[in-house]
Parts: sequence; structure tokens; C-alpha cells
Amino acid sequence: MEKAIKKYFPLFALPTMIAFTIGFIVPFLYGIFLSFCKFTTVVDWKWVGIENYTKIFFVDGKLDTSFLHSIWYTALFTVVSVLVINVVSFIIAMALTKGIKGTNLFRTVFFLPNLIGGIVLSYVWLMIFNAVLQNFSKTIVSSQWSAFWGLVIVVCWQQIGYMMIIYIAGIQNIPGELIEAAKIDGANAWQLLKSVTLPMLMPTITICSFLTLTNGFKLFDQNLALTGGNPGKMSQLLALNIYDTMYGTTGWQGIGQAKAVIFFILVAIIAVAQNKLTTRKEVQG
Amino acid sequence: MAKNTEQVSTIRRAKHGGLLTALFAVLSILWISPLFIVLLNSFKRKAFIFRYPFGLSSASITEGWDAFVAGAKQIFCGLLNYQNGIKQTNFWECFGNSLFITVASVAVIILCCSMCAWYIVRVNSKGTKIMYLLCLFSMIVPFQMVMFTLSKFANMLHLSTPLGIIVVYLGFGAGLSVFMFTGFVKSISLEIEEAAMIDGCSPVQTFFLVVFPILKPTTVTVAILQAMWVWNDYLLPNLVLSTNKYKTIPIAVQFLKQSHGQVDWGAMMAVLVLAILPIVIFYIACQKYIIEGVLAGAVKG
Repeated sequence: MEKAIKKYFPLFALPTMIAFTIGFIVPFLYGIFLSFCKFTTVVDWKWVGIENYTKIFFVDGKLDTSFLHSIWYTALFTVVSVLVINVVSFIIAMALTKGIKGTNLFRTVFFLPNLIGGIVLSYVWLMIFNAVLQNFSKTIVSSQWSAFWGLVIVVCWQQIGYMMIIYIAGIQNIPGELIEAAKIDGANAWQLLKSVTLPMLMPTITICSFLTLTNGFKLFDQNLALTGGNPGKMSQLLALNIYDTMYGTTGWQGIGQAKAVIFFILVAIIAVAQNKLTTRKEVQG
Repeated sequence: MAKNTEQVSTIRRAKHGGLLTALFAVLSILWISPLFIVLLNSFKRKAFIFRYPFGLSSASITEGWDAFVAGAKQIFCGLLNYQNGIKQTNFWECFGNSLFITVASVAVIILCCSMCAWYIVRVNSKGTKIMYLLCLFSMIVPFQMVMFTLSKFANMLHLSTPLGIIVVYLGFGAGLSVFMFTGFVKSISLEIEEAAMIDGCSPVQTFFLVVFPILKPTTVTVAILQAMWVWNDYLLPNLVLSTNKYKTIPIAVQFLKQSHGQVDWGAMMAVLVLAILPIVIFYIACQKYIIEGVLAGAVKG
């Protein structure tokens, strides 16, 4: 049978492979190559070695902190959003698995913002933020911290519903007998949560943490639409910083590409760490 | 045991149920209130959106009913914002582009990736192993890594049209889709396919008549995940499409902000409502599939 299928390679696998080559393999490899070149389009490249990588941090012998700033700004943003999203969505999921009336409706409502794209969603909030902040003669981009919390609120609003759905599924998968047994042994609500629910939910917590982690790290649309990196590039997350370097300044495409390679390595490290953690958990379970 | 759990939960319901329901009813309304505020403001004159963002009238209700109604008449302007917004963004064309790109890309992704995944699982060779690993690898690469080269290559290959971008979406979306399909194909027992082959089916017939129908749950999941991605995607179409000719809805919204010095917030509100409405309708219609789809996608991806 294998031989019979093999003959159909051009029909079954070739279309996807061609598109995959055009859409991923070639741009990826060529992207790595171009990070060592000076270029404005893909054909006029000139090899410059690691100059692009040093220029990320040092321009004309002076330390350029804009990329470092966006790294720690992104890291802080990611930590805060991971914590808030996971804690809040866990609490909501706990409440919505108690069998209260209207559970389905509440679940539907909380999940809804997740389906709306980052750009559209951000303009909804931009209007609301600025409407509220005008009372204090401020806007969302008055300081990098108002921009920061604005982004956190938008991202939370978008992702809490999604994580809630995953937490609900996780909580419902905990065997009822286990909770019964703990109750019979006299565990109070806090002990039940600490010693039964949370340990049993560890796989779910890992999934949700990493989903929010990568989402936070790769955030772009909301950043672009809500703050545009303002004030003065101070609220640029990594993805927007790369975009801005690549398309905002002529002659800096190579440096933008080099930043993108670093960005890719950071994201890849997170992904590998996630893989290690989840597979280890599975072995234990 | 199951009975016991039920009993416990009914006791709980009697104790806190009403209170929790009330609390969550309030929370839910607050949760989607931003959308209602946008809906409300989309009918207001643009000059009044930031003067009375949350109110219904420029006069307070305490000034008497007539003043209140007069104030409401002053700030509301009917469908004017919708007319402006649709005209400024060429909304229906953008909607058509978004719809076409989403439906066509998802259809192509499902067809090509399910076939490819079946091939990868059933043909055991070095080549297919490498294909599978490459697909896995592509899932961890952020778009910024390939955005410059991808958009330039797409331009060189004349893929800057709604038809051409389908190829780009197939290429960049293949990783996740092939991964999810292969996961499911591995669980299908070989005997069913062998029986079909012995009965005289060619591999093509076997796939479309036997395998593809079995794949349905994964097909739904992949369709929903990819549709959500493509419909809401901003950066990829913005870089790949010739945006002076073709815009999708997110691009149109972003252009509305950029192209005019002063943002026309009235038109913006109207366009936002028009952009959100199809999603809400789609969500209400296929809620069950969407929630199951994202759940399966999250746990596997």
C-alpha cells in the first residue's frame, strides 16, 4: 500500500511542499543570510558580516539602548500579563464549574473578545481609554506606563476568555472521586485547592502559561494600534521594534533582520523549554 | 459516586448559586460593555463622541425630559457615521476581500494539508520525516523573522493579489495544520484503508472516500483556528498584498487611522461595529464548534 501511495507524491504532498518552500523555508533561510548583509531589497545585498548585530547595540561607537529597552519592556509586559491572565481566568473557571445558573451564557460572553482581531479590538479600547483619560487631560500614550497598563488591559480582555475555556476543561477533567475523598478526609476549601485542584491542574497551568507567554512575547497588532510605540518609541514591544527598524528607517533593514533573528532565538528558547516541561510532566503522570 | 458529586453540587448551588449568578451577570455585562459603548458611539456625531462618550444626551436627565430629548437629538446623527465610514474605507470591498481570502485560504489549507499529512504518515521514508520535522519547526518561528523576505518574494512571484496570498497562507499555515492532521491520521487504523484498497480503490479514492470523512473533527478544528487567524491577520496581508488595490478589514481599519491627520472617530466607530458584527454572528451560529476547536488547538499546539 505504501508503494501505491508513494506514486501519488505530486498530488498529495507536492502542493503543500511548494507553498511551504515559498512561504517558509526560503524566506527563513534567506532571512538568516540577509541578517549578515546590508540591503534594501532582496537582490541588492552586500555581505557585511556581523556588523548588523553589533549595530543593534552600538551605533557609531555609542551604546544604543532602544532594543535593550524594548527587551525588558517586553519581558515586564509578558510577566505581568501572564500572571494577571492566568490568575483571573483560573478564578473565573473555578466559579463557572460550580454549576451555577447561566454558566453557558457567561462562558460565551467571556470568550467573545478573543475572536476579535488585535487591530479592531485595540481601537475599541483606544476610544474608551482616551475618553476616560481626557478627564485628567491625559491620553493613553502620555507616558510609557499608561501605555503599558493599557496594553495589559487590552491583552487581558482578549485572552482571559480563551484561557478560561482551557482551565474549565482542565478542572472538569479532575476525577470527582478525588475531591470527594479529600472532603471526606476533612479538607477545607483552601486545602482542597492547594493539595488537590492545583496539583491536578499542573498540565493545564503549563499549557496556559506558555500560551500567554508566547502571545505576550509576539504581541504586535495591539501594540501598533493602541500605542504605535508612543511616546517616542518608549512603548515598543520587541515585534514592533523590529518592524519599526525594518520599515521605519531606510538603510536599517539589515539591522532589523538581525534583530528578527535574535527575536526568533528568544521565542525558540521558550518553545523548547515548554516542550521539555510538558513532556516531563506527561512521563510523571 | 457520580450521584454523590451531583448531590454536593446541588447543595452548593443552594448555598452560593444565586449570589454567584448575580455577580457574574453584572461582570458579563461589564465585560462586553466596551462593545456596547462602541455601538452607542457609532450613532453619535463625531464632535460629540469624546465630549459625551458614555452618555445618551448632552443634557442631564435632571434638567427635565424635554431638554434631555433635545440633547439626545443634538449628539446623535443616525447612520451618518456608517455612510462616512463605508465610503472612506470602501468597506464592502474590504469585506469581500477578507471573506474571499479567509474562505479560500482555509479551504486550500484543509485540502492540501490533510492530503500531505496522510502522505507523511502512510509513507515511511526519510523525506517524509524531514517534512514533518520542518512543519514542527515552522510553528516556533515568529512572523517577524520571515516578514521582509516573504513579502519581497511574494511580490517577485506576483502573489500580491487575494488569489496569490492563498499560496502564502498555505505555506505559512502548513506547519500547524499538517501537525494537527498527522496527529489524527496516526490514530486511524490501517485496516480500514487496506480494505478499501483491496476492494479496488486507488489511493486518491481511498483518501477522499474513506480517510477524509474520518478526519472531520480535526478538519473542523483546523478550519476554525485558521479562519480566526486569517480573518484577523493584519501584518501578513499588509506586507504581501498591494494595499493600494486590495485591503482586508484590519488593514482598512488601520488605514482609517493613518491616512487622515485627524482621526474621524465617528467613521471609526461605525467601521469597528461593522468589523465586529460578522464575528459575533458567526460566533453565535457556530459557538459549540468554535469553543471545541480552540480547546483542541490549544491542547495540541
